[in-house]
Amino acid sequence: MSPIAELSAVEVDYPRGRALGPFDLTLSPGEIVALVGPSGCGKSTALRLLAGLEQPTRGTVRRASGRGETSVVFQAPTLMPWASAIDNVALPLELAGEAKAAARHKAAAALARVKLDGALAAKPAQLSGGMAMRVSLARALVTNPRLLLLDEPFAALDEITRRALAEDVHALWSQSRPAIVFVTHNVEEAVFMASRVVVMTRGPGRLAGETAVDAPLPRPPGFRTTAVFRNAAEATSRTLDAAMAAA
Amino acid sequence: MSRLRSILAPWILAALLLAIWEASCRIFAVPSYLLPAPSAVAVAVAQNLPLLASSAWNTLAVAIIAWVCASLTASSIALAVSVNQLAEDAVRPLAVVLQVTPVVAIAPLVNIWVGLEHPERGVILLAVVVAFFPIFSGALTGLKAADPDLERLFDLYGANRLQRLLRLRLPSAVPQILEGHKVAAGLAIVGTVVAEFVAGSGGAQGLGWRITEASHRLQTARMLAALFVLAAMALTLYALLQRAEQIILRRWRGR
Repeated sequence: MSPIAELSAVEVDYPRGRALGPFDLTLSPGEIVALVGPSGCGKSTALRLLAGLEQPTRGTVRRASGRGETSVVFQAPTLMPWASAIDNVALPLELAGEAKAAARHKAAAALARVKLDGALAAKPAQLSGGMAMRVSLARALVTNPRLLLLDEPFAALDEITRRALAEDVHALWSQSRPAIVFVTHNVEEAVFMASRVVVMTRGPGRLAGETAVDAPLPRPPGFRTTAVFRNAAEATSRTLDAAMAAA
Repeated sequence: MSRLRSILAPWILAALLLAIWEASCRIFAVPSYLLPAPSAVAVAVAQNLPLLASSAWNTLAVAIIAWVCASLTASSIALAVSVNQLAEDAVRPLAVVLQVTPVVAIAPLVNIWVGLEHPERGVILLAVVVAFFPIFSGALTGLKAADPDLERLFDLYGANRLQRLLRLRLPSAVPQILEGHKVAAGLAIVGTVVAEFVAGSGGAQGLGWRITEASHRLQTARMLAALFVLAAMALTLYALLQRAEQIILRRWRGR
C-alpha cells in the first residue's frame, strides 16, 4: 500500500537553532501513529510539516494536498467564540464553497457522530472543555479527511475526560479509517490509542525508537489492563528514558 | 447585601464631600465668586435649566456627529490598513502624531482652515480628531489579534483573503471595536467642549461656551452648573454605551 504521507530526512531550523531532524516518518492509510517525546523535541513541528502549515529547511514532505484531505486538531479546541457549534463545524465546508444548507446538514451529522446533537446551537463558552474538544473533532472529521493530525488534543483535560475522548476517537476512526498522527506526552495514552508509538529524542527531535502495539483497533477500555498494553507501555517508557538520558 | 453596600458607597462618599463643601463655605464665609456652595450651584442649575439643556443638546449633537464621522473614517482606515503591513507601518505613526498633539493647540489652525465664518465645522472636525485614535487603534488591534491557531486552520482550509477578513478577523475584532467606540464617545465630548472654548460664541452655543461665558462674568456658580450638566451628560452616555457593549458581547459569545 502506498503511504498516505511521508517525511523523508526532514530538518527544520529556527533562528534559535535546529528544532527537528533529520527525521523520517512514513504513514500508511488507516494507521494510528503516536508521537511521544520530551517537551521541545519537535513533535508539533513534525505535525505542522505533515499539515503543510510549515516547510522543512531540508528534506522532503509528501502528503495528500487536496482541500480537506488533511485535518488538524490543536491542543486548545480553537473554536470561533462568536459562532455556534454547528457553524464552527460547517466552517471548512463553507470555506471550500459548499452551499450553506448542505454544509450545515453535514455539520449536524458530524456533531451527532461525536454525540453532540443536542448542542448544535451552543456557543463555545457554553460548552465544557471536553464538549468543546469534541466540536473540534467534529470539525476535523466533517471533510472526511484521509489524514487526521491531533496535536496534544487532550492535554488540557482531566483524566476521565481524556479516556472517554480516546475511546471516542477510536470509534470515529473505525467509521472512515483515516490515518491518524497523535502527539502526546503521555505514554499510556499513546499505547492505548496507537498501532505504532514513535519515540523522539530531546530537541532537535530524531527517532529514538519505535514500539508496535500489537492489538486490533478500536480497543475496549479493558485493553488498559492487558499484558500487551503493559509490555508496550514498558517498552515505550524504556525507549523514552534512554532518549532522555542520551540527550 | 454587599452588593447594595457597594452601590451605595460612592453615593454616600459624594454626599459626605458635598456636606463638607457646603459647611466649609458657610463656616468660613468663602466669597461665592471663588467657591460657591453646592446649594448655590443647585440653584444656578435650576435657574438656568432651559439654557443649560439646550446648550447640552448642542454639545451632545456635535459630539455624536463627530463620533459617527470618527467611527466611519477610523474603521475604514483600520480595515484598509489591516490587510497590508506596509500601509500599517506608514499610517500608524501618523495616527499616533494625531493622537498626541493637544487638540487645544491645533484648534485655532483648524478654525482658520474651515473658514472663520463656519466655527461649527471646526468644532466637529476637532472632535473627530480626538475621537479618531481609540477607534482606529482598537479596530486595528482587534483585526490583527485573531487566534493564531484559527489563522492556521483558515490556511489549512485554503480560505481566501475576503473569507479570512469576513469570517475570522472582523468577528474576532468585535470586542476591541466596541471598546474603542466607548472610549471615543467620551473623548468626542471632551473634544467638542475644548473646541467650543476656542471657537467662541460664533458656533453653536454648547456647554463649553456656557462655561467660557460664565467665567468671563465671574459667575462661578453658573460655571459649576454647566460643568455639572456636562459631567452628568458624559456619564449617562458612558453608562448607555457600557450597557450596549455588554448586551452585544453577551450575544457575541453566547453568555
